[in-house]
Amino acid sequence: MKFIERLRPVLLVAALVAIWEIAVDLHPGYILPGPIGVAGGIIDLIQHGLLLKYVVASLFRVTWGFALAAFVAIPLGLALGWYRRGEMAVSPLVQIFRPISPLAWIPIAILWFGVGDLAAIFLIFVGCFFPLLLTAMNAVHNIPAVYINAGRNFGLSPSAFVTRVLYPAVIPQLLVGLRITLGVAWLVVVAAEMISVSSGLGFLIVDARNAGNRYDLVIAGMVIIGLIGLLLDLGMRSLEQIKSFRWINSEG
Amino acid sequence: MNSLAHPRAWERYFWPVVAGALLLALWHYSVVWTGTKVFPSPLNVEKGIAELASKHVLWADIGDSLRRVAIGFGLAVVIGIPLGLWFGWNPAANQTVNPVIQLLRPISPIAWIPVAIIFFGVGDHAAIFLIFLGSLFPILVACVSGVSSVPPIFRDAGRNFGLSTRQLLARVVFPAALPQILIGARIALGIAWLVVVAAEMIAVDSGLGYLVIDSRNSGKRYDLVVAAMLIIGIIGLALDFCFRKLERIKSVRWGFRNAS
Amino acid sequence: MVQTEATIRGNNSAPKLRAEHLGVVFDRDGQALPVLEDINLDVEDSEFVCLVGPSGCGKSTLLNAMAGFLSPTSGSVRIDGEIVTGPDPRRILVFQERGVFPWLTVEGNIGFGLSKLTHAERSQRIAHYVKTVRLEGFENSYPSDLSGGMKQRLQVARALAVNPDILFLDEPFGALDSITRVIMRGELLRIWQTERRTIIFVTHDIDEAVQLADRVVVLSSRPAQIKEVLTIDMAHPRNISSPRYLELRDELLKQIGLAYEI
Repeated sequence: MKFIERLRPVLLVAALVAIWEIAVDLHPGYILPGPIGVAGGIIDLIQHGLLLKYVVASLFRVTWGFALAAFVAIPLGLALGWYRRGEMAVSPLVQIFRPISPLAWIPIAILWFGVGDLAAIFLIFVGCFFPLLLTAMNAVHNIPAVYINAGRNFGLSPSAFVTRVLYPAVIPQLLVGLRITLGVAWLVVVAAEMISVSSGLGFLIVDARNAGNRYDLVIAGMVIIGLIGLLLDLGMRSLEQIKSFRWINSEG
Repeated sequence: MNSLAHPRAWERYFWPVVAGALLLALWHYSVVWTGTKVFPSPLNVEKGIAELASKHVLWADIGDSLRRVAIGFGLAVVIGIPLGLWFGWNPAANQTVNPVIQLLRPISPIAWIPVAIIFFGVGDHAAIFLIFLGSLFPILVACVSGVSSVPPIFRDAGRNFGLSTRQLLARVVFPAALPQILIGARIALGIAWLVVVAAEMIAVDSGLGYLVIDSRNSGKRYDLVVAAMLIIGIIGLALDFCFRKLERIKSVRWGFRNAS
Repeated sequence: MVQTEATIRGNNSAPKLRAEHLGVVFDRDGQALPVLEDINLDVEDSEFVCLVGPSGCGKSTLLNAMAGFLSPTSGSVRIDGEIVTGPDPRRILVFQERGVFPWLTVEGNIGFGLSKLTHAERSQRIAHYVKTVRLEGFENSYPSDLSGGMKQRLQVARALAVNPDILFLDEPFGALDSITRVIMRGELLRIWQTERRTIIFVTHDIDEAVQLADRVVVLSSRPAQIKEVLTIDMAHPRNISSPRYLELRDELLKQIGLAYEI
């Protein structure tokens, strides 16, 4: 039973790929390549050493932008979530900035950082900062009152309270928020690279098209983006599964 | 929940105003002190907004962006909800299609632009396609999640009253899953708003996104750039706000834990 | 233990519900888990029967099998002579909690099974049952505004509105506080005496069984078999301090094996 279940999605993918290949073969000379063409494109990239280089470039920017955003937004968000007045002050401003697509920041990013890595990292930072801030604030709100009262009851000092009650209590929610925001970061880096840098997977897509209509490379790039994004997501999910973080699922 | 006394009602308006004023002051003085010739001060931006508002172009741009979102998001809702309900109801179908969805989801809609342009050419339809893509996945995921978390007791009760499968889906499963579906739709709307701006910066020549990039390209009008950004933010916030109002309707409110 | 012949109602008229050699075996990770074994039970029309037994013995499983939510592994359940193959509006199950639909108002819930009626008939029926369960004034309220007891009353109203032959109740008052429970028992009896349906009621509360039932079916622990069927020959309203009541209660406690002093 279980084997058949695992087989079904594989069969679906195989069927879709087959249909794609047939559709392309029926239209020779059509711009879009078939799966075989895309595979060829991937091999091409590997042979030129570009695949690894671009993947590393994109991951590098994501890591920096995401990490910076996390280091600033999470402590700030936790503090704001705790102090009601702080949150009241900041929340409306955050609500206005959040719906502004990171890409809309491009002119400002280029103005401040010029064209290049820093601009891209800044864009990722902006794209991650506001969601993480909100996640942290919400995580504090959702701490069950019983835990806070118990912490007070046992007479914990403020720093002990933070490390022994607050921090463990918010971790599960923070992890979920981090995973979702990492997905956002991955979307932003690709878009940012299409506009403002000269390496990376996003750049690959734009460049492959502009410099010769190499659509096989364009789609190869998309496939790789999808795969790495999926791997990042799975990686974060496995973090969430670590036992000591899973307490939230065991509470009734 | 903190060590200070409970905040009063008026403070809800007081503190944001203070913070906003501080931010504006900081902004203004950093422009003055660094003597930058390019980056706008708050006053510049204010004048910029007035300028845009008086020109017909702004309203046309806002209309274009909203229209694209409406169509793209609307399509995602109309296609995504029935599809998502079916996947949620039919675990075999879900299990078969889910890996494909998980593979496609991390691909930024912006990365689809070359493909979209091939299929739709440069313009409206490409943008709508991208918005549709970006909105579809959160809705699908929310539907599947909503359906599978409908308590079996509701399904049993529905069957007990003699409902056919189709009636069961419409009268029990869908209402029971609706709170989660609404959350997914709200998130999808937020994404749609982000995607439309991005798409307009790259693949079309009207709309708020285009306004941002055009203001810079044709004359380094950073005051208009920032003005456009603020307008984008405010409209996005308004969309989110309206949607949250939907979540407060009584026949859906039961599904939200902190119904406040 | 085999039930004695004397406690089976030997009537000429066919029983409303008959369970014959009913058995249910669950499959837990490849292991066969017998839950019910050779249940034989007749329930007459308009009878009030209680199923009691220790926690986890399978009372709810028996109820689910009789209501058609579970297919028996062996034996059968017949209602009005027909074999039960699935859930049916002629026999409605009332759950312990969270059974009402939270997205519908009180009226919406009660009218849930009434879509085949005309608008006028539906409104009339709904109004009647709102009155029956004493929820007047709450017709347009949502379940989130109702207390636990009121929600259970709503479930009963919803069930009665479709005119079922049999009402199955699965520990319906188990999630309520003890004062509300007593009040609800009175309400249920009042409704039963006017509406006169067959009621099969699962409970782990011995007093509840003796106060409500015409007959009490005692189930052994898993795999459950019928240990004893006790007839409560007291007329309603029952005086719960009378010697006969205490006698019956003691008998029941003895059957379950709980007759001792704390």
